[in-house]
Amino acid sequence: MSRRKQRKERVIITGVGGRLGRALTRRLHRKAEVIGIDRRSVSHMPKDVAIETADIRRRRFEDVFRRERIDAVIHLNIMHNPRQSSEQHHDFNIVGTKKVFELCAEHRVPKVVVLSSANVYGPDPKNPQFLKEDAPLMGGQHFGAIRDLIALDMFCNTFFWRHPEIETVILRPVHIVGQVDNAPSRYLRLDRPMTLLGFDPMVQLIHVEDVISAIERAMTPGIRGVYNIAGPTPVPLSLVLDGLERKPRPVPEALLKTLLKMGWSTKLSDWPWPEIDHIKYVCMVDDEAARTELGFEHEYAIEDIIEEIRTRPL
Amino acid sequence: MALDWLKTEIEQQFDEALDPELWESIRNMEAGQNEYGYDPFGFEPEFLKYVNPFALWFYRKYFRTEVADIDNVPHTGRVMLISNHSGQVAIDGMMLACSMLFDMKPPRMARSMVEHWVPTIPFVSTFMARAGQVVGTRENARILLQRGGCLSVFPEGVRGISKTYDNAYNMVDFGLGFMRLALETDTPIVPVGIVGGEEQMPSIYNFKTLAKALGMPAFPITPAMLLLGPVGALPMPVKYRIYFGEPMTFEGKPDDEDRVIRAKVQRVQNAIGGLIERGLKERGGEYF
Repeated sequence: MSRRKQRKERVIITGVGGRLGRALTRRLHRKAEVIGIDRRSVSHMPKDVAIETADIRRRRFEDVFRRERIDAVIHLNIMHNPRQSSEQHHDFNIVGTKKVFELCAEHRVPKVVVLSSANVYGPDPKNPQFLKEDAPLMGGQHFGAIRDLIALDMFCNTFFWRHPEIETVILRPVHIVGQVDNAPSRYLRLDRPMTLLGFDPMVQLIHVEDVISAIERAMTPGIRGVYNIAGPTPVPLSLVLDGLERKPRPVPEALLKTLLKMGWSTKLSDWPWPEIDHIKYVCMVDDEAARTELGFEHEYAIEDIIEEIRTRPL
Repeated sequence: MALDWLKTEIEQQFDEALDPELWESIRNMEAGQNEYGYDPFGFEPEFLKYVNPFALWFYRKYFRTEVADIDNVPHTGRVMLISNHSGQVAIDGMMLACSMLFDMKPPRMARSMVEHWVPTIPFVSTFMARAGQVVGTRENARILLQRGGCLSVFPEGVRGISKTYDNAYNMVDFGLGFMRLALETDTPIVPVGIVGGEEQMPSIYNFKTLAKALGMPAFPITPAMLLLGPVGALPMPVKYRIYFGEPMTFEGKPDDEDRVIRAKVQRVQNAIGGLIERGLKERGGEYF
C-alpha cells in the first residue's frame, strides 16, 4: 500500500514526438513516469520513457489507459500544418481530442492539460491591449486555418463543465519561440524577414521552456480552468528584429498579400497570407490569472529569447 | 549612405529643437514604460522628440496657450481629465496634452483614446501608438487607469466638437461612460474647461449630406472657408485658455441606473461650465 502511495505520477503526453513534447518529456521524466504517444516515429528520448507509436484516434491508444492507472494526460497532439486540408485538421485535432477526453472520463484520469494558443483570440484592431480569458475567440474571422483550434478549445471548455470531477486545464500561451518549429520561431529566424510597411505592433513572446514550466504548474492538484500564458514584457516587433540584427524588408500590405498568395500557390512559401495580421495588429493577453492562481513566473527575458534565436538554428 | 547621413542630421535637429532641461524631464517622466522604454500600449516617451517641437510651437506660438491651476492635477496615480470639446478638429485635446507636458512640473502624459480604425492605417497606427494614443475600448481605459495612468476624455464626443457657432460654449449632454469607469476604478476626476477652441473654426453650417457622403462625422462650413477656400479650412490662431478645476471623487455603484449616474455626470458638467464661464469672463472680447 505504502509503495503505491509513493509511486511516481504516471503521465501520458500525446504528441510526444514534437519539439515541445520532447522538451516537456526531458523535464518531466525524472519526476513522473512518462508514457509518450505519437503516430510519428519518436527519437532522442530519455531511456525511462515508454513510447507508444499510436494514433490517438485508434484502439491502440485505448489500451494504454486499460493497462495502467493514469494520473494525468497532457494533450499536445494538435496538428497545425497550413499545407494540410482543413478536413484533415478537423479530423485529427477535434476527433482526436474528443477521443482523449472520452478515455479520460472513462478511466477517471483526474487531470487533463491541453495546450491551446493565444492565437484563438486573433489579432484585430478592435482588440483591447490585453485580452482576458473570457474574451471571445475571434481568431477565425479572417484566418480559416485556425478554426479547428478554436473548436478544439471550446470543446475542452464544454468538457470542463460536463466533467467537474476531472481537472481540465486549458493553456493559451502567446507566440512560443525557441527550439520549436512554428510560425513565429521560423519568422524570427529569417535573415531578411518581410514586415508590413508602416506597422509595428506590440508583441508578446514566450520561451518554450517557460511554456513547459506553465504546464508543470498546471499539473498541480486543484488547478483547473483556462489560463493565458505570457512571457516577458511586451515589446514592439521592430525591437525584437533589431535585437536579432535582422534587416527587415518593409513591404506595403497589398504587395505583401499578393506575394504571399503567389508564393503559396507556387509552393515557394508556406506562409498563409491571413497570418500577416500578426505583424499588423495586437493580439496580446493578460496573464494575471496564471501568475496569481498558477503561480507561474517566466524565466526567459526578451534578451534571452533573442540570444537563443540568434545563436541556435532550428 | 546619403540616406543615413540625412537620418542622423534630422535626428540631431530634433535633439536640439527642445530646451534640454524640458526635454530631459519629458523623456524621463514616469509613464509606466518597461526597461525597453515602451509601455504596453506602445507608448515611447523618447518618441515624443519627433512630436514635441511642432507641438510646442503650436502650443506657445500659434495658439499662445494660457493655463490656470494646473496644480489641481495630481502628480501620481490614476486620474481622468474631463473636458469640454469644441472647434471641429480636436486641437483642444492636443493643447490639453501639451499643457500637461510643457506646463506641469514634472510633466505628465495625458493619454487619449482614438478610433478603432486608427490601427488599420499604415504609419498612423505606429505614430499614434508611440505618441501615447490608445485605441478606445472600455477595457483599454480600464487597463490604463489600473496602471495609474492619466486619461483625458471628452464626454461630448463628436456631437460636441461639430456643433455650430450659435451653440458655442453650450455643452451638449455628456456621455455617461466615463463616470461608470471612474466609479468602477475609483478614479478621481479633474474637470477641465477649455476656452478658445470654439473660435478656431466657427462653423456656420454643418453640411450633413456631404459629410455623410464622405463618411465624416460632420462637414463644417466656416466664414474663412467661404472667403479663402481650402486655406480657410485651417484653424485660426485663436488664443487657448485651459482651466483646471479641483479634483472630484465619486462613490457609488458603477452599474447603477442611468438616472443616478447622470446626476453625478451633471456635477462634473456644471464644474466645467463654471470654469468656462470664468474663462470667458477673463478673456472678455479678445479672441486672439
